[in-house]
Parts: sequence; structure tokens; C-alpha cells
Amino acid sequence: MTEKVVISDKNLEFLEKIERLSGEVITRCDQCGTCSGGCPMIAEMDITPSQMMHMVQLGHPAVLDSKAMWLCASCFMCTVRCPRGLDLSKVAESLRQMKLRQGIDYIDIGKLPEHELRNLPQIALVSGMRKFTG
Amino acid sequence: MMNEKESSHQDNRIGVYVCHCGGNISDVVDVKRLAEFAGRQEGVVLSKDNTHMCSDVGQQLIIDDIAEHHLDKVVIAACSPQFQGETFMTTLATGGLSPYVVEMANVREQCAWPHFDSPEKATEKAEQLIRATIAKVRLSEPLERKTMPIGKRVLVIGAGIAGIQAALDLGDSGFEVYLVEKNPSIGGHMAQLSRTFPTEDCSACILSPKMADVRTNPNVHLSTYSEIKAVEGYLGNFKVTVEKKPRYVDIDKCIACGICEEKCPVKNVPDQFEEGLTTHTAIYTPFDFAVPNKNLIDPEACLRLTRGGKVCGLCAKSCPEDAIDFNDQPEKVEFTVDTIIVATGFDIFDASEKKVYGYGKFDNVITALEMERVIVHATEGNPIRDLGKRIGFIQCVGSRDEQVNREYCSRVCCMYATKLASLLKHSGPQRDLYIFYTDLRAFGKGYEEYYKRAQNMGVKFIRGRVAEAIENSDSKKVTLKVEDTLSRQIIEAEFDTVVLSVGMGLSKSSEKIVEILRIARSQDGFLKEAHPKFKPVDTNREGVFLAGTAQGPKDIPDTVAQASAASARAIRLMNQGEYAIEPIVAFVHKELCNGCELCVPACPQNAISISSNKAQVNEALCLGCGSCISSCPRGAHDLHLYTNSQLLEQIQAALEDKKENEIRILLFADDTCTYRLADSVGTAKMPYTTESIIIRVPSGSRVTPALMLHALKFGADGIFIGDCEERSSPFPHSGRVMKENVEKVKAILQQENIEPERVRSRQFVTVMLGGFVNSINELADFAQAAGSIPQEKREKLGKNKNKELFGEKYD
Amino acid sequence: MKIPYYPGCTLKTNAKNFETSTLAVAKALDMELIELPRWNCCGTVFSLTEDDLIHHVAPIRNLIRVQEMNKNGTIRDEHRLLTLCSMCYNTLKQANIRVRENPADLKAINDLMYLEEDYEGQVEIIHFLELLKELGFEKLKEKVSNPLDGLKIAPYYGCMLLRPKEVAIDDPEEPTIQGELVSALGAEVIETPYNKVCCGSYQTLDNKYAVSNLAYDILSHAQERGAEAILLSCPLCAFNLDFRQKEIKERHPHFHEMPVLYFTQLVAFALGLGDQAYGFDLNYVDPEPLLMDKKFLNEEK
Repeated sequence: MTEKVVISDKNLEFLEKIERLSGEVITRCDQCGTCSGGCPMIAEMDITPSQMMHMVQLGHPAVLDSKAMWLCASCFMCTVRCPRGLDLSKVAESLRQMKLRQGIDYIDIGKLPEHELRNLPQIALVSGMRKFTG
Repeated sequence: MMNEKESSHQDNRIGVYVCHCGGNISDVVDVKRLAEFAGRQEGVVLSKDNTHMCSDVGQQLIIDDIAEHHLDKVVIAACSPQFQGETFMTTLATGGLSPYVVEMANVREQCAWPHFDSPEKATEKAEQLIRATIAKVRLSEPLERKTMPIGKRVLVIGAGIAGIQAALDLGDSGFEVYLVEKNPSIGGHMAQLSRTFPTEDCSACILSPKMADVRTNPNVHLSTYSEIKAVEGYLGNFKVTVEKKPRYVDIDKCIACGICEEKCPVKNVPDQFEEGLTTHTAIYTPFDFAVPNKNLIDPEACLRLTRGGKVCGLCAKSCPEDAIDFNDQPEKVEFTVDTIIVATGFDIFDASEKKVYGYGKFDNVITALEMERVIVHATEGNPIRDLGKRIGFIQCVGSRDEQVNREYCSRVCCMYATKLASLLKHSGPQRDLYIFYTDLRAFGKGYEEYYKRAQNMGVKFIRGRVAEAIENSDSKKVTLKVEDTLSRQIIEAEFDTVVLSVGMGLSKSSEKIVEILRIARSQDGFLKEAHPKFKPVDTNREGVFLAGTAQGPKDIPDTVAQASAASARAIRLMNQGEYAIEPIVAFVHKELCNGCELCVPACPQNAISISSNKAQVNEALCLGCGSCISSCPRGAHDLHLYTNSQLLEQIQAALEDKKENEIRILLFADDTCTYRLADSVGTAKMPYTTESIIIRVPSGSRVTPALMLHALKFGADGIFIGDCEERSSPFPHSGRVMKENVEKVKAILQQENIEPERVRSRQFVTVMLGGFVNSINELADFAQAAGSIPQEKREKLGKNKNKELFGEKYD
Repeated sequence: MKIPYYPGCTLKTNAKNFETSTLAVAKALDMELIELPRWNCCGTVFSLTEDDLIHHVAPIRNLIRVQEMNKNGTIRDEHRLLTLCSMCYNTLKQANIRVRENPADLKAINDLMYLEEDYEGQVEIIHFLELLKELGFEKLKEKVSNPLDGLKIAPYYGCMLLRPKEVAIDDPEEPTIQGELVSALGAEVIETPYNKVCCGSYQTLDNKYAVSNLAYDILSHAQERGAEAILLSCPLCAFNLDFRQKEIKERHPHFHEMPVLYFTQLVAFALGLGDQAYGFDLNYVDPEPLLMDKKFLNEEK
């Protein structure tokens, strides 16, 4: 099913909000796809990083429902390669924060299986909590 | 609106015109108010505003007014004098006045445009600019243009297709051409190509006849394997020094029979023309259709030349014409020309900088230029590389990429990749070809159709920029990882050969030419044209023109067109046998001169001499920089068109309305670099402080310590002087003199307890837009923080010393 | 030489062998690593939104400790902070850059921590690999008593040591520092194209198979090129590449296990510093069989 996107002022507000949070000029992205090609988590993502940028350019709030931004590992590979000098990890972080600041955590540490919690090093828990909870 | 009244100042009848510039000015500043304001100034008998002063209607208005109202001087508040100055000078000449009694108040590039967000302040500033310009023009002298003779000799640097075309156009027009090429053969990169798009003409076949024409044209003096070492002088009188590198082969005797190559034991010299894909012997010819088609010896590979003594020498022993000469030396050649065309071409991007693609590490990753050679050899039935079945092209390698500092698009790569893919498909229909692009630029005549034909042949165009290349350690095939942005899938495909569509950059040899000729470079690194729209082949130096890829990436049709354009521009200057120069020359107030001779060494052109105990200036040699003025302790030296009196009146007028707690800084901008830079900043609409007035000077050294002290005395809170960098300055001494003058003033300020940081200087390059804005803003911020200079301190400046220099009325 | 040293939380627990091997190596090289007093968690991962300041308080607080050490004489004129864990290194360094470039933010953070002295911005973060390079890998070579000839090591960097560009300890696309270290120890360096692909980081919490897939790519590419062990510098990478080999085997039953070592473990081993220093007992995939196979270790062990 092809989706229809209606452009209204709300779209512009969303784009501006993400630009403020991330400090990046999202309209600079020319959709070349370099970021996606180097992303280690791409196989798991429902939308690609460049697709995520494109949806933000259009101010499409549905991007917040994607899994992609949660699957980002903040590895900065996209950042060091982007030919337009954009920092996508900051954009992904901003999208996550839009959800987290509403009090909607992505993960509940307490619900992880016990044997996992026993084996996981602190560093995994700290960084995971930093990225996945508000 | 028109203001007309009897002039109270008997000597002047000034007409002022305020231009709307089609909204460019009037959208920001109140032009009616400006016209009224101008009308109230002393000496102004007429003041009007108009939508387009530079149009026929506008110019006719001035001409009519000159006649009807007996105007003797004109001020036009409009764009930059760099832009339409010439136009209005011609207008005045048509109207019967000297072209040197018109001055322009730059209220567009240096007011309305940068201050687009402060209309009220912009209007106030425009008033100050107009007042200052009127003050200057009151003292303008009705000078006449001088003419200098010019001959018909042209230096063309670089003999690729651009240089070749220019040389032929000029030679055929009866001009004498010195064509200098650093490589042992002419032809440039075009000689290396297989076919050219979109016609798929064989490149060598269409180039060869032109190369032969160069050799046979009686007006073209070709010097290959030669480098420009120095160029001194100016339009009509460029003294050129060329060094011819030793070939160790006498080209008059050599018949290129090839016997020496058969005998030479050193067989592994990488062949530069073949991009290192094959080798040649130490004695070699550049390539098979080279002009001149003569041998030369690589001095680093040759056994005799590296080891000396009686080593080897087989070529000399076997040469039937006895053409080998191991004692060959570099030869210095000097000659004089009237104009110069720079056609020094491009280098391809060094793909090893883009490490993710593995060039230089992976066997099967090659550049497009290497592929050209592979195709040429394959076509000749002499394949040098097995390309395999699946070939991938990566576009935008070294273009449109901030990570390698090449933001621009190289223009030709989309088309040349399409061409290479078409040729490969045609010669191998079983091949599977992919071009990975971000945008496909098929802008020229027949280009879109060519792209469609390639698609028809089965070449696949995938929209995605390749992220990385990984080599299979066993098969050496290369896997490319790329997002197909149109289907949002990640492609990981294995290729037998990967071709990098490398971009263009300014050639290394061009960088040396930039230093020697003192011409400017654009922000993208290529050579800078004088004006992007209307002077695409001129440079900032009169008589020096550009042609071809040295000015920016372009294809062959555009290169040839530009070469012919540059030739036409050169012919335009040379055809009349003389050209006009601005009478910006130094002169001496003899009554003030006491023959102390301090000025003589101050002139970089040795234009000052002493006669009957008075200094005098040789007008033909004088460049009009104004450096001599600072050297005179009695203020006897002066400069036409920028006299001491004029500058003082300008300064005073610019500060007249300043209130005591206001901050205002004066920026003296040299005409060659800083003034143009300020115009560029305005054109780019980059804002900076409105509390600044720019005063045009011919060079930074024109601003003497006395002028600076006067400016501070009259109310300036900060002074900035801008000049060119040494290497792009037409006035070699001006940077040094400017800095010395600034130090002198700082010392005086220090003594008088005024912050010496209020006076600054900087040498600008015409591309430093951000630097210019920062410099002005920083000085304004400093002055703001330090506060306006207290009146008592101002009074102390300029006492005694200046009375001597300028007479009573300026104390 | 003496230098302030920041361990980070995991080096005291799951990655204790990283610390013990480092301390042993440091001692052998006449370096005294002085653990930062009252250090707190570095707050990994560096927070990326423009407006976030609270998450930079934790890393900056550690930098203040370095200042204190200099002021109270524990250390003299040494404003560098040594780190081992790549993630700590990255977070501390990015936080340092952030506050240096934004004096207003630094002031806000200093004001918030009103009980602490103000951070003045003079501390530099240094990684142990950089320190070893500074000392000179040649010097290190002189101290090797157990040259590792014939051992094939694939250096792995992950992301935090090389990206973003402002924090990189080496060229982000072609790093060689670990390779130089490995060569100095006598072993053979196996370069792999996956040596800087992220291991999946914190995705290991709820997406372990995504992580194990990445680990499989990283490890199998190294193995294809002949590598026998992986060398790295981060406890999270170590967990994802070492511990998660269990999950790899679930999906790829024929996967050949591969030891994953902290670089300091290898250095300690090459310097012959003893079992206590090596800490091989904490590695999930036991490196000893490989080392015995190569005759670097005696069979009885």
C-alpha cells in the first residue's frame, strides 16, 4: 500500500524541532546513501538511515515509530563518512530523545532475562540505559 | 525627485544620482531620503533618484543633465565601482566631461546588501557614504586617460586542448604565440582518452590534426619540456623567463626511428602517459602521436645519467643520426609578450585519499583514466588488463565530498562513466555494468540522449553512493556495499573490476603559475575569473586570461569555447596597438620637497628620481600604489585620483555626523583585493557591523600614518587597513609598508594612552569572505568594549606633526 | 613516570583482567598508574543532543579529580588522564571537547557542581595505546622475553577509538597503532576490512542475535585471512565478540571459536609477566589452547 503524506505546518515544526535538538541542518542531506552503506546495524533496521533523514526532512512524525533509531549503535561511522558533513548519530539521538522525554522508555532493564543480567558487563547496562531510557 | 538650487560653492556643480538598482538598493535603504540628503550637500546643484542608472535611459539622463545644468562633477550612489565604474566613466566621456570626475558611492555591495536586515542603519550609513563621496569628488581633477603601446605577442602556458585552441586562434589571427608546455609533448589529458562523449569520436583522431597544426603554424613558437620560471612586468610588457629541460636528445637530428629504444637496457620505467599501467625504456618517446615526435631520456632512470662515467651509452652508439647528447643542459630562454593565457589544466583526484575504496591496495580497483588507457589498448588488439565480466563504476570520487575537502561537482564524470560503460558493453556484450551515482548530470548537447542510449544497451544506473569496498582475499574480486536509495535496500555485490570516477582538481603545475603570475584562486581551488558572469576568462590581472579546466571542471566543447573566448579577449586588448590606463600616478608638490631623497628607495619600480633638488616621478613606470607617500616626511608626495586632500575630506565627511557615544570604524580597502572582497561579502549577503565605512584606496600602503591619526582625531574609534597578500599583489612592497605604517601609529597611540589594538591591518585573499567579516566585527566589538575615544585624547593626536604635513586648515 | 589513571566500572568487575594485565605491564615499563580518587562512572555513551548538559556532569567530574591530584601534590604537572576502556576514552574526550568549545556550558556545569572546584579545561584524555606509542614500540620490543613469532593476530578497533574524527587515536579509515604494537611483540598482523565495524555495542541488551551476526562477520573475516586471535581495547567489544560466540555457534554450528584478548593481555604475555597478570580465566574463549599449540605455553599448564 502506498502511503500518502500530507504536508502541513506541523511537518515544518517537527523538522525545526529535530534541527534544534541535533544542531544539524537536515535539509543538507542529498540522500546519497553513504550512511546506510556503512551502517553495521542496517540488516535489522526497518528503514535505512538515509530514509530516516528523508522522513525528518519531510517532517513526517511517523519516523518516531520506526525501529531504526533504536537500533542505532552510536558508532559514528555515518558521521565520519557523510559527504555533506552531517552528523547522523546526533539526529538519531534527537529522535530517540523525542520519545524518551515523553517518558516512553524503549527498554525495561528489569524485564531482561535473569541469566542475561548476570552475564552482561556493567558497561552494557550503563550505555543501554543511557540510550534506551529517559 | 529632484532638488535644484544655486550652488553656494562656486567651483562645483555636482549632480548626484541615487539608483534603486531595481529594488536591490531601494528594498533596503530609503532612496528618496538619500536623494534629498544629497541635494542639501555643499556643491550639489541637482539630486535625483532613478530605478536603473546603468541602463541606457539612466545614462542618457546624466548626459542630458550635464548639458542642461552645466554639471562639472557627478556622484552616483549605486553599485560598486568595480561593477559599473567603467560604464559611468564612458557616460561622462560621452557627456563631454573627463571620466575622472565621476565617483560612485557603493551603497549596494557595501551597504544595502550586507545590511539587508537593518534598513534604518543602512540608510544612515548610505548617507555617510554619499557625504564622503561628494567630499572626495569636490576635489576631483578632470584628468584624461593615458594610453600605453601594446604589441602582438602572446604567451600561452599549457598545450592541452585549451592551449592548442588558443594558440591556433591567435596564430591564425596574425598574432605571435609562444606556446610553453611542461611535458615533452603537447596534447594534455585529451590525448590519453579513448573516445569522447557523446559522439564517441576517437580522441586521438580529432586531436592529432590540431596538434599537427600547432607544429606547422608559422606564428606559433612551440617550446615543449619547458617550464615558466618567472614573469615580471605588466600588460604590454611581460618579461618571461622559461627553462627548457634537457632532453639529452637533439630534436633537430632525431628521426624517432626507435633504434635507441631497442638497445636501451633499462626497460621498467613506469609510463606516465599510460598512467603507470605499462613501462617504457629510459630513452623514449612520449606516446605514438606525440608532437614533437622525438625521443628524450629520463634522467632518473638512465644508467649513464645516474652513474656517470662511461656506463652504458648504448643509445648514443646506435643512433644513426648521432642525436644523443649526454651533456645536454637546461636552457634559459627569455622573451617579452603583451598578453598571457593560462591553460594549465587539471590533475585527477588522487584516489588513494579515499581510503574506503581501496585504490592502491586492491588489484582490481582502477581510476577512470586508467580505464581509458585499458580501452585504448584493448581496441588496438593489445589488451593490458583482464576486466572480467562484472564492472562497477563509483561516481563522485573526490567530488561533492566534504570528507576530502572537495565540495564541488567535477561536471564530466557522469558523462565519462556513461561513455566508458557504453564502450565496455559494446566491446563485450556479455559484460554486466553498473554505475553507482547520486545525481546523474547530463547537461550538454546530446548528453541526455547518450545516457538513454547507454540505458538501452543495458547499462544499469543505481542511485546510491558506495560506502565501502572490500577485497576478497582469495579471488581479489571487490565487493561494494551501497544503499540503493530508490528501493531502500542494501546492495552487496561482487565485482571483477571497480572503476573510480575521479574528479578534477587544479593541476600541481598551475599552483606554481599562480605564485609566479600573482593571480587569484577561487574557493574551490581553481583559478579565479574576474567576474563569474561577465568576465569568465579574465583574471584579476590585466592582460592575463584563463582557458580550460584550470578555471574549473569542464568538458571538451566548453574548453574549446573558453580557449577561443580567451583569445578574443586578448586580441581585443592588442588589436588597437594601444590601451588605456587609469591616471593613478604619483606626483610631487614641488614647493614642499627639499630633495632629501628618502622617497627614492621607497618606490618598488624605481620610478622616482631627483632633479634640480626636487623629486620627480616617471609616470610610465609608476604603478600607482602610493607606497612612496609614507616615505616623505614633508608630505610632498601625493597620488592622483586619491590625493591627500581628497582622502582627508572623505575621512572627515564619513565621521562628521558621529555622535560622541557612537562607535564608528573606518576600513581602508585596497582596490585589488580587499575592496573586491568586501563586494563579494556583500554579494553573498553576509552581514557585518553597520558601524563601519569603507574607503577605497589603490593599495594598503597608501594609508599613511598621518591619515590614520587624522581619522582617529576626527572621530574614528578603530581603523582597519586591508591589502593583498604579497603573492597576489600588483604592488610588491605595499604589504610591508602598510604594516610599518600601522606599527608607527600603534606606537603613537601607546604614548597617548589610547589602545593600540584600535588600529589593525590584514592581508586578504579575495576568497576570505568569512575572514573579512570576522576582522571588521572583531574590531567593532573591541571598539565597543573599549568605548569611544575621549575627545581630550583625540585632540592630542595630530598636533604639530600634521600641521607641517597638511597646512593650517587640517589642524 | 606517574600518570592519573581512570579504570571505569567494568574494569573492576567483568574486565578485571584488562586492569591487572595493564597494571603489570605498566610496572614492567616503570610507569606508575595512580588510580583517580573518588572516580565515578564516565556516563557512557556520550550524549548527543545540543541541549543536554546534565549527562556531561559525570565525565567532567572525573576531570576535576585530575586537577585536584595536581593541586594536592599527588602528581606533579601531569594533566593527562589515562584510560583503557575505549568507551570511557571516547566519552571523556568528547565531553572535554564539548565544554572547551562552549564556555557557557562549562560554566553551567561548574555552577551545578557547586561543591566541587571549577573545571578549568586543562585535562587531556590519553589512551594506553597512545602512551605506549609515545614510549616507543621499539622500547617495548626490548622488554619482550616471549616473542610471539608465528602468532597471527587481527587487531580490532571497533568504533570508539576512531570516531568521531576529533577523538580518533589514529587514522579513522586505516588505523595502524595496534598493528605496530603487535609487530613489536613479534607476532604477525592480520589486517581485516572489518577491523573498525562496530560490534553492536549496547544492542547486546535486547538484540543479542544482531550483535552475534556482526561478531560473526568480524570474526569470520579475520579467520578467513588467517587470524588466530583478536586484539581489542573495550570491555563491551570483548563481551560482544567473546561471550557472544555462544550465540554465533547457535546460528553457525561450524563456527570455529577464536580467542579475544585485551591488547594489554598480549603485551603482558609477551613480556612474560605471569598468570596473575594475564587473567586468561576471565576470557570466555580460553586463549591457552592456542598459546599451547603455538608452544608459547608449556603443556602442563
